Amino acid sequence: MVTMADLQTPKKNTWCPGCGNFGVLMAFKRAIIELGLEQNQVVLVSGIGCHGKMVDYVNINGFHGIHGRVIPIATGIKLVNPKLTVVGFSGDADCYDEGFEHFSHAIRRNIDMTLIVHDNMVLGLTTGQATATSQKGFKTKSTPFGSIAYPINPIAHALVSHGTFVARGFAGDMIHLQKLMVEALKHRGFAFIDVFQPCVTFNYLNTYDWYKQRVYKLEETSHNITDRWKALEKAFEWGDKIPIGTFYKEERPTFLDEMPHVKEKPLLKRRIEDVEINSIMRKMS
Amino acid sequence: MKVNELSIIVGGQAGDGITQAGVNLGLACLRGGLHVFGANDYQSLIRGGHNFYILRISGEKIFSQTDFVDLLLSLNEETITLHKDELTAGAGIIYDGEEVTLNEEEFEKAEIKLFPIPLMKIVRDLNGPSIARNSVIVGATISLVNYDLELLLNTIKESFEGKEKVATLNMNAAKAGYDYMEVHYKNKFDYKLEKLGATTPKRMMLTGAEAIGLGAIQACCKFYAGYPMTPTTPLLHFMASLQREYNMIVIQVESEIAAINMIVGASFAGARAMTATSGGGFCLMSEGLGMAGMTETPVVIMLGQRPGPSTGLPTYTSQGDLRFAIHAGQGEFPRVIIAPGDVAECFYKTMEAFNLAERYQIPAIIITDKYLLESHESAEFFDTSKVGVDRGLLISGEYLDEVEYKRYKITENGISPRAVPLTKNTIVRANSDEHNEAGYTTENPQLTTQMTDKRYRKLEALTKELESMETIKTFGAEKSDATIIGWGSTKGPILEAMKILEKEGLKANYLQVIYIAPFPAAKVSKILENANKTVIVENNKTAQLAQIIKEKTKFAIEHAILKYDGRPFNPVSLSKQIEEVF
Repeated sequence: MVTMADLQTPKKNTWCPGCGNFGVLMAFKRAIIELGLEQNQVVLVSGIGCHGKMVDYVNINGFHGIHGRVIPIATGIKLVNPKLTVVGFSGDADCYDEGFEHFSHAIRRNIDMTLIVHDNMVLGLTTGQATATSQKGFKTKSTPFGSIAYPINPIAHALVSHGTFVARGFAGDMIHLQKLMVEALKHRGFAFIDVFQPCVTFNYLNTYDWYKQRVYKLEETSHNITDRWKALEKAFEWGDKIPIGTFYKEERPTFLDEMPHVKEKPLLKRRIEDVEINSIMRKMS
Repeated sequence: MKVNELSIIVGGQAGDGITQAGVNLGLACLRGGLHVFGANDYQSLIRGGHNFYILRISGEKIFSQTDFVDLLLSLNEETITLHKDELTAGAGIIYDGEEVTLNEEEFEKAEIKLFPIPLMKIVRDLNGPSIARNSVIVGATISLVNYDLELLLNTIKESFEGKEKVATLNMNAAKAGYDYMEVHYKNKFDYKLEKLGATTPKRMMLTGAEAIGLGAIQACCKFYAGYPMTPTTPLLHFMASLQREYNMIVIQVESEIAAINMIVGASFAGARAMTATSGGGFCLMSEGLGMAGMTETPVVIMLGQRPGPSTGLPTYTSQGDLRFAIHAGQGEFPRVIIAPGDVAECFYKTMEAFNLAERYQIPAIIITDKYLLESHESAEFFDTSKVGVDRGLLISGEYLDEVEYKRYKITENGISPRAVPLTKNTIVRANSDEHNEAGYTTENPQLTTQMTDKRYRKLEALTKELESMETIKTFGAEKSDATIIGWGSTKGPILEAMKILEKEGLKANYLQVIYIAPFPAAKVSKILENANKTVIVENNKTAQLAQIIKEKTKFAIEHAILKYDGRPFNPVSLSKQIEEVF
């Protein structure tokens, strides 16, 4: 059994004290332990931003890629070896700004992976500019008049892209987040969790307190997670009350389920020498 | 009477089935033991415009189309207007006499024979769609050149495999075209095709794209991601159509950025992975290319060039991206760039690309162009055991060493054992940030230097290995008055031009550079040291290979023959340009 000590890496953590990322990191490690996963069985893919350092901080397989491309890298890994548990960690800029196209496409393909987005509504590592999820009017060095555009609604996007597992967590509620992660990792298909993750250095607006005053858990209401329309309504709930938890969940064939030859036997289980192209050459002759 | 030397153009609008007609005819000739070469020319549209397919047939091995046309198969009037000046004396035109009226005197003066045939009427009488005119006109051709109708009917039948009704209709159309010509124009044309005996080894007719696809499949490529872009889309189609039979995952993705990142992920997980694109898509792939270099993840990228900059001429050919391929991506990292020049090289060099990518854990780029990818050539069956599969220091299953596994272990030749995730006793960590041996991010100056040196030691090892590989080819006598230098698809027209020069008593030899990076400087220098006059032939404006030769050797090529109008070289006009050098 993997222990917390096994998951520890020698890398010194350089996140700011109090950063919401700590909650995400701890919840993830605990989820791996709870699920009884082995270190070499999981691949953590991360992009660029403060979240990207996740690869350095969890002692499991990892791929620290480039900005905005967590999803295609993770997709390639999962399709080749379905036995791996593939978890993508991304940020709001890394997922909803740069490379946003991959988000909808991976969801509609229902790639069997988990995507966890550290959504702090600000670019941290580049010292505090607005992102796709920054609130309208959010003033930063790059948006001196306040962010002009409306923020992207990741939950709604995932729902309209035929998402099969759509959830939101809060880094300030680690136990709840861990529960969501366990659910997501167990889900067969594309599991998406947007995580409210306060940036204590650059986001002066969306602080721990701001969230704590607003978030409530969907599972403590009568919300029906099998109703996409109701989930969509909840996705637009914003203001004094903001829901967290699972918005929607559905079982649907994954991308690989729809590929008959791979479904029967994963690529890596095929003997690589078993190739015979004479039949194609004969057709061309 | 001319036997077994014929150049045909089939022309018409997009949607007229031009290429299919050319291919069916070519295949019928191939099966009679003849050699063929076919190139298409089409515009970026779906219906209308002018499309043509030029098919050359010969009793001997041929390498490209010719400048001239002996028989014009026109499915519209425009084909005649556009190509009549390319016709040789004694050439013929088959056209629909009920749809098109030609000035017979004008053609008679030019010694061009007209063969009107009611293409549309024949198709209507068979209750067929107008596209079936393409079968009528190739059937008519068979009669005119006295060839074997059965061979054509079989190729038509096979081209409509699974669509029996359509196949029958088209076979009847071809037969009707044949019969019409037998009645009206028996022995009226001076060109004939005669079957030769069965060939050994067997020959096939295929495009560069298909040869690369076959190479990838034989190399056990198991993951292919791509976004459609001319002229590389045929490879996507080819791979997709064979994915079930060969257990590959072939996925059309949302962008070239997705494609490159996905194949990096696939390769990291242990599959041989590939993508293909043209210049515009390759621009988008640049960052991912660098990530493959930094994370030491082997990938194969086929870059099929077309004229740029920007959208350029989307359906035409060019060699304008050579330096781009060499320099794409920020920072410095080793890569291998291979430029095949014909279909056989497309096959064998693709297999080499996969081996070198994995052995050295680097990106491999196969650089081609529209002319090579979409032209048909007759070639001998490929020797599937010639190259083999070498996956380098790949570890899967279980890691047995007692020392803890480190993905980027610093070694003498720079190559680290490459475990795939899920290997027992390993944790595999790839990193696009600079990293230490275990794959953790670092900003340490000494480590940065060490890791850069490690990656570049792989290049040294690769360069050494390439010394014993076929990185260049030479043709013609060692001592010649002129040395022609080229790369990629100019090979065919250059070899044809050399035949012409030889007939005129001019001695030229030809240096084909196949590996562009790492550059085979010693081998190229040796050839150039013994050369008299030197001339570079490239399908670009700035003689990019000549620049590279100047950079990597002490030689400046004296003359340049450059073509950048989107069209390939034609051998006769090329030979004339080369003559000027002597």
